[in-house]
Amino acid sequence: MRTYLFRRLLTVLPVLFGISLVLFTVLALAPGDPFEELATNPNVPPEVRANLRAQFGLDDPVAVRYVRWLVAMLKGNWGFSFVSRVDVDQLILQRLPTTLFVLGSAQVLALLIALPVGIYSAVRPYSFFDQLATTLAFIGFSLPTFFTGLLFILLFSIYLDWLPFIYRSDISATGLRWVWENLKQGIMPITVLGLFQGASLTRFVRSSVLEVVRLDYINTARAKGLSEKATIVKHVVRNALIPVVTLLALQVPLVFTGAVVTEQIFRVPGIGSLLIASILANDTPVIMAVTFVYACLVVIFNLIADLTYGWLDPRISYR
Amino acid sequence: MDERALRHWIERVEDGSLSRRQFTRMMVGLGLTAPLAAQMLAASGVAQAQPRPTYTPTRRGGGGTLRTLWWQGPTLLNPHFAAGTKDADGSRIFYEPLAAFDPDGNLIPVLAAEIPSVQNGGVARDGRSVTWRLKPGVQWHDGKPFTADDVVFNWEYAADPATGTVTLDSYRGIERIDKLDSHTVKLSFAKPVPFWAEPFCGGRGMMIPKHLFEAYKGGKSREAPTNLKPVGTGPYKIVDFKPGDSIRAEINPNYHVANRPFFDQFELKGGGDAVSAARAVIQTGEYDWAWNLQVEDDILKRMEQGGKGRVEIAPASGIEHVQVNQSDPWTEVEGERASAKSTHPFLTDPAVRQALSLLVDRASIHEQIYGRQGQATANFLNTPSRFASRNTKWEFNLDRANQILDQAGWKRGSDGIRAKDGKRLKVLYQTSINAARQKTQAIVKAAATKAGIEVELKSVVGSVFFSTDPGNPDTYYHFFADLQMYTTSMDFPDPQSFMIQFTSWEISAKENKWQRRNKTRWRNDEYDRLWRASEAELDPVKRAANFVRMNDLLIQNVVVVPIIWRNNVSAGSLKLKGTELSGWDSDFWRLPYWYREA
Repeated sequence: MRTYLFRRLLTVLPVLFGISLVLFTVLALAPGDPFEELATNPNVPPEVRANLRAQFGLDDPVAVRYVRWLVAMLKGNWGFSFVSRVDVDQLILQRLPTTLFVLGSAQVLALLIALPVGIYSAVRPYSFFDQLATTLAFIGFSLPTFFTGLLFILLFSIYLDWLPFIYRSDISATGLRWVWENLKQGIMPITVLGLFQGASLTRFVRSSVLEVVRLDYINTARAKGLSEKATIVKHVVRNALIPVVTLLALQVPLVFTGAVVTEQIFRVPGIGSLLIASILANDTPVIMAVTFVYACLVVIFNLIADLTYGWLDPRISYR
Repeated sequence: MDERALRHWIERVEDGSLSRRQFTRMMVGLGLTAPLAAQMLAASGVAQAQPRPTYTPTRRGGGGTLRTLWWQGPTLLNPHFAAGTKDADGSRIFYEPLAAFDPDGNLIPVLAAEIPSVQNGGVARDGRSVTWRLKPGVQWHDGKPFTADDVVFNWEYAADPATGTVTLDSYRGIERIDKLDSHTVKLSFAKPVPFWAEPFCGGRGMMIPKHLFEAYKGGKSREAPTNLKPVGTGPYKIVDFKPGDSIRAEINPNYHVANRPFFDQFELKGGGDAVSAARAVIQTGEYDWAWNLQVEDDILKRMEQGGKGRVEIAPASGIEHVQVNQSDPWTEVEGERASAKSTHPFLTDPAVRQALSLLVDRASIHEQIYGRQGQATANFLNTPSRFASRNTKWEFNLDRANQILDQAGWKRGSDGIRAKDGKRLKVLYQTSINAARQKTQAIVKAAATKAGIEVELKSVVGSVFFSTDPGNPDTYYHFFADLQMYTTSMDFPDPQSFMIQFTSWEISAKENKWQRRNKTRWRNDEYDRLWRASEAELDPVKRAANFVRMNDLLIQNVVVVPIIWRNNVSAGSLKLKGTELSGWDSDFWRLPYWYREA
């Protein structure tokens, strides 16, 4: 186990290095300029822009810039945003709580829907309930979030006027009121994301339970007189959930990096909207940091998923 | 009307036999813009416009929270680093200039005690120095007094290239600033400056405190904690700022205007898109103000019916126009496409250019696409009104375009496309990706096709089109096409730096890495001469005449085809008053005076 972990960690390093190299090169080669707004202003002479470019080291060759970035990153310095001239880690930390709250809740909501619905459908396949759940699940994951998001806004904010459609991270209320305000503004983005993820997760849970429920040892359990409830919960679900847990582990990085589209629609100030704003502004250090953190999380959670396999299923061993 | 007649009218205003308003109206009737007329009067010793009477509160505060929505959130709050209007707007909540620009382009004192003029001795007759008297008793948010030292420091800070300011160019023209006493400064310029209100006024004139930024001048500018926690003189004090997302502020109890501001708290929320921002103000009333609503007018009108808000429009300086390439983008001369040494195979033919101008259906473009967002225009330089030419007019006339091309010998081929001497009239027409621009392209193309000109449309994503990347051939600086269209605008109610974009020394070329502003590669000695003369011309009447002539040269030679003179469009709650949007300054230029009706 220890040698396995060590070997895996050794391969992670070159992978991360490769990812950073590719990301940096692609961003450096991509067209655009962080000082675009100045360029469109005829009253700002080109010298002002040239001076800023030189100051931020944008005129150096790509290789030099990459090495500079890499050395700084190894020292824990993420660089600073060209647009806001603020340190990148500060920008990301500012937005992390919102993203964690919205996407974490959405993930929980997805699970709360997917587990009972998926299991019940699988236990009674092709029943009316299963047909209904399947239909709804298909509708759920074929509707993109930007569409359901707009529908929700039209219905709940504009016609009914129940919920605000602009998410504010700086609610000044305190105590219970603060909690309530946060929940109220979170309802729509969380539901939109939760329903979308829940829909596909339901199908996943259903098929994996369906596979287990037909196995011989389940029949044995029933034959020896275990109650239906105990059979399903203790024997079926426990084994069926192994692949679901890995799937969830692989989705965790998403919780940290935000949902680009949904955040934009509801003005949720999360990492996703930071990423899209930085891309539009050609703010390389921020794009680099967010994508690189995402890459790291994906690699790490892959490893974690592999390790949890062994814990959930003792038949798997690491050599 | 000649110069002598003008001076006569100005005298009549001075002796009171003609009102200021009548004079302005007359000048506008003559084709001069209102701000020009105002400047004429100012230069001739007539008082500036008086601040208009509005609601006068009896106490400070008590107005609750003011909620504003910027669909691009400010990313920093140091006015000297403000790359775009969003950042300048965000800074304007906390920082103030010596004077602001009202909707007519007049100066209104903010941190100054009065506007310098020749009459009050503030402006030297030779145009080489300006003396500002500062308003006494103004305090920074931390209680320190605002003095002449701060003004001097702002100049030193901005003009130091190592600081990396975007206001560099506005301040480096100042040769020296002398502090005459604690509340008087004298600016000296290296050469006569007819428009001296660029530094210290409007969007680029906001004052930052010396005592907090002194240690962060030059290379360390980025490290100043006050870049994110502004300490200014403005009506609101910072509580919390999240770059790109939100600003929260509270009332400044020591604000230097009595009984202002009205609101106790201030909030600005950034991000999202313009349409839903309009919705949040006009339809649901969740917010009080939304900035820069470049949304189709039909949509805005629909929201306004029975809504809780209104659209507020201010004429600005933006001009959506088509540029006609004078150089040949299709052949390389000395290894360079569109070299200034080449000439365009057919766009240099005056007949073709004349026809192109007749083929742009400005009325349809205005009605169908822009609506209240702008007005159709024949001029490149539309504003301030004293600089707008009355000698031009626009027309959409397919028959005349056909006639002109026929007469010039451009014969239709079997495919309906005109040709002459083996050259076919086929143009590539490029612009950025933007719904309104693609619709405009389609309208122009339809008319041009009927006149026997083949038009190929190209749209480039904005972040590429408007970039300065020397290696990318699709930028508007390269202009490797026959026609291109975009909006350009002025920062100040003075066209000097705006009109530089057609001078011969600004031609964009390989040798300057395509960083220069004359993209059409047009050169005209008279234009160059007029531009240089205006730079030193201290007589506002003569100077305005120069700019009018420059505009006329552009229009007569069809260097550009102006289409729409754009307005600034914002939206406010029906109850919000006193906003008085100015096209020359930030949406927040009157922020201390905003109030809500019960």
